[in-house]
Amino acid sequence: MAEISFDRLRHAYRPNPQKPEDFALREINHAFRDGGAYALLGPSGCGKTTLLNIISGLLEPSHGRLMFGGRDVTHLSTQDRNIAQVFQFPVVYDTMSVYENLAFPLRNRGVDPAEIDVKVRETLDMIGLSERAHRKARRLTADQKQKISLGRGLVRADVNAILFDEPLTVIDPHMKWELRSQLKKLHRRFGYTMIYVTHDQTEALTFADEVVVMYEGQVVQIGTPAELFERPMHTFVGYFIGSPGMNLMPVEVSGEIAHIGPHAVTLPGAARSLPAGRTDLGVRPEYTRISETGIPVQIRKVEDVGRHRIVRALLEGREIAALADESEPLPATPHVQFLPGGINLYANSWRVELGA
Amino acid sequence: MDKTWNNKAWFFVLPVLLLVAFSAVIPLMTVVNYSVQDTFGNNEFFWAGTEWFQQVLASDRFWESMARNLLFSAIVLAIEIPLGIVIALNMPKRGIGVPVCLVLMSLPLLIPWNVVGTIWQLFARTDVGLFGSVVTWLGFDYNYGRDTLDAWFTIVLMDVWHWTSLVVLLCYAGLMSIPDAYYQAAKIDGASRWSVFRFIQLPKLNRVLQIAILLRFMDSFMIYTEPFVVTGGGPGSVTTFLSIDLVKMAVGQFDLGPASAMSIIYFLIVLLVSWVFYTVTTQPDEDRA
Repeated sequence: MAEISFDRLRHAYRPNPQKPEDFALREINHAFRDGGAYALLGPSGCGKTTLLNIISGLLEPSHGRLMFGGRDVTHLSTQDRNIAQVFQFPVVYDTMSVYENLAFPLRNRGVDPAEIDVKVRETLDMIGLSERAHRKARRLTADQKQKISLGRGLVRADVNAILFDEPLTVIDPHMKWELRSQLKKLHRRFGYTMIYVTHDQTEALTFADEVVVMYEGQVVQIGTPAELFERPMHTFVGYFIGSPGMNLMPVEVSGEIAHIGPHAVTLPGAARSLPAGRTDLGVRPEYTRISETGIPVQIRKVEDVGRHRIVRALLEGREIAALADESEPLPATPHVQFLPGGINLYANSWRVELGA
Repeated sequence: MDKTWNNKAWFFVLPVLLLVAFSAVIPLMTVVNYSVQDTFGNNEFFWAGTEWFQQVLASDRFWESMARNLLFSAIVLAIEIPLGIVIALNMPKRGIGVPVCLVLMSLPLLIPWNVVGTIWQLFARTDVGLFGSVVTWLGFDYNYGRDTLDAWFTIVLMDVWHWTSLVVLLCYAGLMSIPDAYYQAAKIDGASRWSVFRFIQLPKLNRVLQIAILLRFMDSFMIYTEPFVVTGGGPGSVTTFLSIDLVKMAVGQFDLGPASAMSIIYFLIVLLVSWVFYTVTTQPDEDRA
């Protein structure tokens, strides 16, 4: 177990990178706390797998350093880093039994047979496969195979971190939930550092203490699920997290007033500094209300999702979403109001602090 | 409601039936017909029963050809399968080397069999052949037309040259289909190069190897053209395999009855081996409960 930190870490697949766009992974400086549960969240091609492969040592970063507990491991091989990884598709050694699969990493490291037996039995118990110990691994279901993959990591007591690369992709929906809660349980009980790559926000938000949101090779925000929801630092976070995503409207700002065409919205405070360029107002649907007063909108459609309704409306020709209660009738001349607590301002896609 | 019976659809099957009849069924039945009859000429045949079969099965000649053929298949498999795996493991996985290797590997497979025989017949000659003269120059007393070992060595070498590519290409395809995650997992688990081969690559190659072994066994068991061109079954009859022997009997001596009986026995052996092989390889493995 160790803290994992990135020191000006960058990676480019092509030689001699110049522009920021040449990097598959742009500069990242951060530390993953020992024993924390982290999720790397982002769409395909955002660099999350690149970052994971750098941590696991399958890929050597072109720039910067990677440290495990203060020790530079940038140039160490995968074996020497002592990490475990669960892949997207179950990787089991087909010809071996479940027991032998778990014993394999220990045998390779020359551990004493008696100790291997103890460790393997413990691990079988942890992942709930004791009864299937002597079955051939290839005859198990996909979720059991993923547990074997995980078990091959858990069996080594001294792993620095367990990495997950979209491990639930091939698992049946009803097993996903079970496997995920089992992971959380293992995390709480044994305190492994876990890093979980996914493009599914539900998986990321329910699994992790802290979520690293990535977009186009860049880490756009690292924060708790609540922070990502309340204060998205980048329009991408607002749009990617939450369902539906954040409403974004181009505005012109003067002092504490944001102008959307002829309409005005009062901001919670003036922007401390507003860079030149594109300015957007960002309000989550949860903070957007359809009411009798405010800015006039045309309602396009109403989606009933059970607990509440999602109202899709047009504001100055731009589609926005608002949440409405099940029972609440919609006004005949609909207007929209933004609740002050949920108003964010973005300059060139990055959040601007408002107020004193 | 009464169902209208319309059997006209059967006419659509007719072309296939005719094709199969002329290409397989009629020739095979002709052979069966000859195998149970005898003739003294004038196209007059009379019933001989199982006499030819008994004669073939009781003859040393048949069993010697069979033994030579089995030995040949065994040697060829023992060399080509491991060699094919080793070459496939060492072929490049990406880059310009891939098409280059694939084309080089395919070349021997594209050459007509009698040409392969002719190539080696010349190549291995001690007077004008490069291989033969180099071996002689190195001080070996090499002559495939006179010495038993030299003849076998030449034919085995030729077959390895001709057919190892097939095993290589099959194995290469099998290796390329193994997802990268397996190799990454093996690295993380600290597996040695041998363990990676033993526990990942070999199990994943299982299917293609079964096909490779079956194909190579069948082809080598039925080999005719290449050794016929190179040695003509000699010196003496040391490279007379079953098919060469069969042709000698049928065309050379015009012993239609024994040759037909031998054809059918030959055919049944091939069928039996295929069936055994198929049954063994498709049978689900036993699980320890």
